[in-house]
Parts: sequence; structure tokens; C-alpha cells
Amino acid sequence: MEDRLALGDRYFSSRLLTGTGKFASNSLIGPMLAASGSQIITVALRRVDPKAPPQDNILSHIPDTVTLLPNTSGARTAKEAVRIAHIAREAGCGDFIKIEVITDMQYLLPDNHETLKATEILAKEGFIVLPYVMPDITISRRLYDAGAAAVMPLGSPIGSNLGLEMKPMIQRIIETSKLPVIVDAGIGRPSQAAEAMEMGADAVLVNTAIATARDTAIAGRAFAMAVTAGRMAYHAGMAGHSNRARASSPLTGFLRE
Amino acid sequence: MKIRLNGETVETSIPDILSLVKVRDLDLPSLVVEHNHTIIQQTAWADTLLQEGDTIELLSFVGGG
Repeated sequence: MEDRLALGDRYFSSRLLTGTGKFASNSLIGPMLAASGSQIITVALRRVDPKAPPQDNILSHIPDTVTLLPNTSGARTAKEAVRIAHIAREAGCGDFIKIEVITDMQYLLPDNHETLKATEILAKEGFIVLPYVMPDITISRRLYDAGAAAVMPLGSPIGSNLGLEMKPMIQRIIETSKLPVIVDAGIGRPSQAAEAMEMGADAVLVNTAIATARDTAIAGRAFAMAVTAGRMAYHAGMAGHSNRARASSPLTGFLRE
Repeated sequence: MKIRLNGETVETSIPDILSLVKVRDLDLPSLVVEHNHTIIQQTAWADTLLQEGDTIELLSFVGGG
């Protein structure tokens, strides 16, 4: 049976979500998507600065086959996040929305309280809501009750490349959550993506590590392979570890009396 | 008349949204226009007239994670 990621009423064969931030040029996004096979990509909404030179349309670099995941970055309250979601949907970006409400400007950590409120509102309105949260079992349960399509605990602060700083808490969410768990933020290397998938995460979202690599297409491919490997290892049911050696070859002592 | 454009109060005599965006050197296909908290589809820009006190947001999608 095909091992697909279910989000709302949609199914995806790739478990690598990507982002469009920080690319040196928007023209790198298409090749990265082709190389990684990522089927979901985030975009953000901003005020146009009439004084700045016009930017090319980022949406024109994303094939129709890839699902857009607009985020609500810049929102500091549930109300602002809801407004951004409405604008994104009316602008033709579809029903997916990544709720990102941040009030902590030092570490850019998400505000779980406002995120839950926004999720309750937008899920009722038919959005497929992917909330970005601090890893917490209680918020994970409440997001399920609120109608979220997944829970997206952070690995470490946005753009930090620190990997799974929150590993033990994410592990507990994976063990208890009825929702798909997508580890978002801070994943800096393919090995960290594989680690999250080995733990049983349903997917990972990687932006900075791919977008700031010297070769973004190869980086995308590397992350895709790591995600696949980690998922396979999870299905394989890897054995636990031991501080003592356990021989993998027979220690038959025929060389000595 | 005075309108609020992207959070700033500006004095303008521009009659409609299409004219408002055209005088600025903007990439029109990617532009999202909010008029008094309602999205105006591109086909309706010419017919949406500006009035004193209107709030206009000119938005576009950009890279983000």
C-alpha cells in the first residue's frame, strides 16, 4: 500500500514540505521543487513597497501541481492570522493555511494561545489548518479538537539550523497525537530531517537549510532522500541501543583451545 | 481626498483602484488589492471608485517559510 501523507481531504506522496523564503533568486524555486519532489510549499503575504523595485511574481515559479501553503507570518494575534488567511484564500491560494503567530521577537517562537484561537476559527470556515506551535502535548490535543489538519511543532528556532532541540517533547507529541505531526523550523541538515522521520514524524518542513545552500536543487534532493530514508527506518522498526557490545558475528572459539 | 494606503494617509485625486496601481510601477499580476477590508478581484479594479477615508492595502505574495 502506498504510504501517503493525509492532510484534510488531500493526499501527498512526498513528506518533505518546503518554503520559498531566503532564496537568492525566485528562479531557483522551480528546480528545487523538481529535484526534491516536494508537493507543498509555503509562501508569505506582504505589503507592497511602492518605492522598492518591482519583484517578480513568486507564484509564477511554483507549478500548479504543487500545493501552496500560505503562512500568516507577521501576525501577532489570532485576528491578524485569520485576516491573512482570508486574503490568501480570496487571492486564489487555495484552502491550506499555515498558522504562524509570533509575539516573541527575540527567538521567533510561536504563541500557542493565539494560534489555537486562529485554528478554531479557520477550521470551522473550511480551511486545512496547519498550526506552527511550541511542542506541547496539551496544545496538540486542543488543536485536534479545534479541527486542525496537522500539528507542526518546531525543532528549534526558525532559521537556526539547530535541528531537533525539542526532540523529547516532539517524541511525546508523536506518541500521543491523533493528528499528523510535521516537524517545522530549525531543521538544518538532511540527517536531522531523517532523525525526525525515524522518530515517527509524518513529515518535515524545511526552508532555510535548502534555500541558503550553495546548490539549492541538490540540497532539496538530499533532504527528500533523508526524509524517505527516515520514513523507511520508522516502518522497519529499528531496534533500540545498548551501551554494551552485542556481537554481530559468532564468537565461536575454534582458534583457541 | 484623503485615503489610507498601506497604513499611510495620502492625499490623492485618483478616481479608481486601477488608476491607483497603474501610477505605481508595480507587478500587476501578483498584486492583491484590499479595499476597506474586502479583496477586489483584478477585473473589478477599474470599476472600484475611491472615496474619502477609504482604506487600501496593496499586497503581494513573497518568499516565506
